[in-house]
Amino acid sequence: MSLFSMTGLVLKWLLRKPYTRRYPFEPRQPIPGSRGALAIDLSACVFCSICAKKCPTQAIEVDRAAKRWTIDRLRCISCNYCVENCPKKCLVLTTAHGIPTVTRDREVFQQASAPVAAK
Amino acid sequence: MANRTIIPFGPQHPVLPEPIHLDLVCEDEKVIEAIPSIGFIHRGLERLVEKKDFQEFVFVAERICGICSFIHGQAYCQGVEEIMQLPVPPRAHYLRTIWGELSRIHSHLLWLGLMADGFGFESLFMHSWRVRERVLDIIEATTGGRVIFGTCKVGGVRRDIDAATMKEILVKLADIERETREIVQVFVNDGTVKHRLCGVGVLSRDEAYALGCVGPTLRASGWKSDTRKLGYAAFKDLTFEPITRTDGDCYARTAVRCDEIFQSFDLIRQAAGKMPEGEIAVKVTGNPTGEFFSRVEQPRGEVVYYIKANGTKNLQRFRVRTPTFANVAGLVKTLQGCDLADVPILILTIDPCISCTER
Repeated sequence: MSLFSMTGLVLKWLLRKPYTRRYPFEPRQPIPGSRGALAIDLSACVFCSICAKKCPTQAIEVDRAAKRWTIDRLRCISCNYCVENCPKKCLVLTTAHGIPTVTRDREVFQQASAPVAAK
Repeated sequence: MANRTIIPFGPQHPVLPEPIHLDLVCEDEKVIEAIPSIGFIHRGLERLVEKKDFQEFVFVAERICGICSFIHGQAYCQGVEEIMQLPVPPRAHYLRTIWGELSRIHSHLLWLGLMADGFGFESLFMHSWRVRERVLDIIEATTGGRVIFGTCKVGGVRRDIDAATMKEILVKLADIERETREIVQVFVNDGTVKHRLCGVGVLSRDEAYALGCVGPTLRASGWKSDTRKLGYAAFKDLTFEPITRTDGDCYARTAVRCDEIFQSFDLIRQAAGKMPEGEIAVKVTGNPTGEFFSRVEQPRGEVVYYIKANGTKNLQRFRVRTPTFANVAGLVKTLQGCDLADVPILILTIDPCISCTER
């Protein structure tokens, strides 16, 4: 029965640099292939609403008449299901994860304009 | 007779990662009886089958548990595939096996950390989770998610692992295995750990069987029972033997999980070596009709999925029996007659996952 089996491991790590990252001074590099925030290429989108119908969390809303595509970032689970089902392949999951927020706004994408936060 | 006191334990308690409530009937420092109650985080996921498309429901099934999420998705998909008689490509089976075993490694390392934290070995807890983080990085690079993999779908898998990436993963895993050995030898050999765990909460071979325990809790009492031996996914082609101990105490349950981590490393290596080329998914057409019991081995033990479909896009009935639910009976038995100070360790050794249990 050993009483100091942990000592070697502890001493080894005592002499090393900290294993943890010095966040926020040293942000984490995104891992390629990671499923992060959903991005849309509006110029290719035909507003067919398949993404909104397929979304398991109903995070996406599409207004075909107004050519408006909106997403509730806090509902989106980055499951990739809309990307797989998009007929125009205009949706893509980026490796970047969403920025922190305190309000539950929907992000609005209006064709031929920059995204604006909606109330 | 000494005065009996009822001590409420949980649902919020420093050692409990999830809410289970126990009424401990104590005489002095001895627990005479434990009355469990659950139901704090019931989410009604089983009823959701009536609202979600059967293919979409994989995302819900995966979210039954945050730790063994992939295996939940796999159990669900296997059930629907059996009902629909889908010819799932062999490569998909192998990929499921590899991700399932990675999930087992990260779950057991998480549990080892929680266990170390439970008996007050903080540095061991930190080191267990440090190693687990490297496994999570591999999972994120291959599946896209860290704990919710999201790669299983009815008819196969969503992502592939190419040969070059697989080679890199095996190199990383060899390194992770070496680091895990450094940590595991403390759990298995250290005098203080043994002093805390040996002979505590003994569940005899007959009791474990009669109370319907599953997984490492059952194997630590001497039963050679492992659902992977049924040969689902790629396990029929891989060589392994269930890991057992005979003592049935907390130390045996810890030792079983420690050895299972290395068994999982070996299974991943075997699966990577034998992985066939080919498609990773088949196209799913039509709706399922029929019913099926799907049994799969999770890190915590056997999970049973009952799926009943009636030919529409929504399933008719869906039921899950999770391993923690099966092990609570064994837990209550071990708590009878134990010291009050041993209660946290006894709860931890069944590796409770209450979110799973309540669904």
